[in-house]
Amino acid sequence: MFRQLAVRFGSPLAVAIVALLGLWLIVMVTLPQLQMIDYSLRPNLLPAQQGGAEDGWTLANYATLFANDIHRAIFFKTLWSSVLVTLLTLGVSYPLAWYLAKVATPRQAALCILLLIIPFWINEILRTYSWFIILAFRGPLNEVLMMLGLIDRPIRFLNGDGGVMVGMVYAYILFMVFPVYNAIESLDDNQVRAARDLGAGTLRTHRRIVIPHAKPGIATGCIMTFMLAAGSYAVPALLGSPGSRWFTQIIYNWFFEGGNWNQGAAYAFLLLVLCIGFMSLVMKVFKVGLGDIAK
Amino acid sequence: MSSQRWMALVLRFYVVVFFAYLFLPLLVMAAATFNDSRFPTVTPWGGTTLKWFGELAADSGMWQALTNSALVAAGVLLLAVPIGIATALFLNTVSSRAKPFLYALILSPLLTPGVIIGISTLIFWRQLGVGGGIFLTVLGQATFIAAYVMLMVTARLQRFDRTMERAALDLGATQWQMFRRILLPYLKPAILSAAVIAFLQSFENYNTSLFVVGYDTTLTVYIASKVRTGLTPAVNALGLILILVTVLLAVIYEVKRRRETARSVKGV
Repeated sequence: MFRQLAVRFGSPLAVAIVALLGLWLIVMVTLPQLQMIDYSLRPNLLPAQQGGAEDGWTLANYATLFANDIHRAIFFKTLWSSVLVTLLTLGVSYPLAWYLAKVATPRQAALCILLLIIPFWINEILRTYSWFIILAFRGPLNEVLMMLGLIDRPIRFLNGDGGVMVGMVYAYILFMVFPVYNAIESLDDNQVRAARDLGAGTLRTHRRIVIPHAKPGIATGCIMTFMLAAGSYAVPALLGSPGSRWFTQIIYNWFFEGGNWNQGAAYAFLLLVLCIGFMSLVMKVFKVGLGDIAK
Repeated sequence: MSSQRWMALVLRFYVVVFFAYLFLPLLVMAAATFNDSRFPTVTPWGGTTLKWFGELAADSGMWQALTNSALVAAGVLLLAVPIGIATALFLNTVSSRAKPFLYALILSPLLTPGVIIGISTLIFWRQLGVGGGIFLTVLGQATFIAAYVMLMVTARLQRFDRTMERAALDLGATQWQMFRRILLPYLKPAILSAAVIAFLQSFENYNTSLFVVGYDTTLTVYIASKVRTGLTPAVNALGLILILVTVLLAVIYEVKRRRETARSVKGV
């Protein structure tokens, strides 16, 4: 590999390229992950005890999750809620992606995409915070609902998983819209027209023609959204309550309140396994490869 | 036919509702900045005021956090942009059986939750005696931002006409001159775009930074802690300023990008 680089760029540049790549992939990507796994397999010991008799590999930190009912429940809640967020986001994004790719005129689509990009550039914290204001007990949503006579008393929106899910759909929607839009856009209009001419209705056209074609985009959107939702700390911290904690918050507490980094590392690794598992499942179901995702 | 027209109407209505959903929350947040109320809200309206901007300007913690964010973003640029360019050149040049594996490794930071990148960075450097702070924040953020830079540079590199490269070498240029005079100028627009994206990604990052900032609080971490403790509309004033700066940058970036696309299409 080095020779190919040296032939094209000359030795000094080839050395620089390999050095930068090595710094990144070894020092920044691989070693920290391996160190985290190693950490998760060791007991939490005082510095004096390290390297002593008790210092050895053990699965005790992983057993904690299954022994602790609350943590286990939060782990599975995070899993199901993230799946639900992903499905909701897909449901909300698909019609828009279809509109942008096939219904709108090029000018309309260009304007819409610019409008979509603007909130995408705005901080996740700020986007979440705006929902914090809207959903507040004495906030505008409750005021509007009361004015319309739909409710007599303000509702505590920020008291369960509902607020967290609304905030997540809002925060991650664009990670779904863009890949799905890109995938639908490459579909030949004639295929849609042919399906219609042959008598297929709207639903059937989508089910048999558009969705199969958009699979790589849908898969990419789902993988990104799930990863962001399961790994989110900001949204549950801002829009959730003590009763609706997210798995990332448990991990954070092991590090900065519990002071047990080994335990935290084990939980972090479980979160990573969860995301990799979801990704593999989606790639298998949709029959797409890693190359399709990077597009 | 009429059912299809009806569907089109429903779709149009949906698009309008969607954009309202996208922008209303931001407008509510912006409006709350000007409400004369101790708690950030728009209901009830206690009168219009600009005092929260003054309050914000007097907040020394905010200025410190802003300085930290700028330092981190500068560090990320210095680290992630060269790594991203090098990786793009590597992928564009090398063919080997190990490439699919390397490619998966290169993309992995994009598919790893940000909190985990922060945690692994924190643990790894603790072994070497380095604690959380600006240095680790730069390393943690650059880990995944380098992958974004790589994707953007690769996209342009794939369209590079390698006969230009060969022509330069045939005319007696050294490999370094070819890189400096031909390849780098060709990649410049992609590198500049990648630098803008890298800067913003760094400035807005929360999940990774949360674990590695130590006491060097960055602006996003500062905002989040303000929302949870000691919330006043000064947070909205800060949010509004950030939104305006972001929108301005986004529009400039988009306009430039479109002009460039138009030029390159004409060029072909």
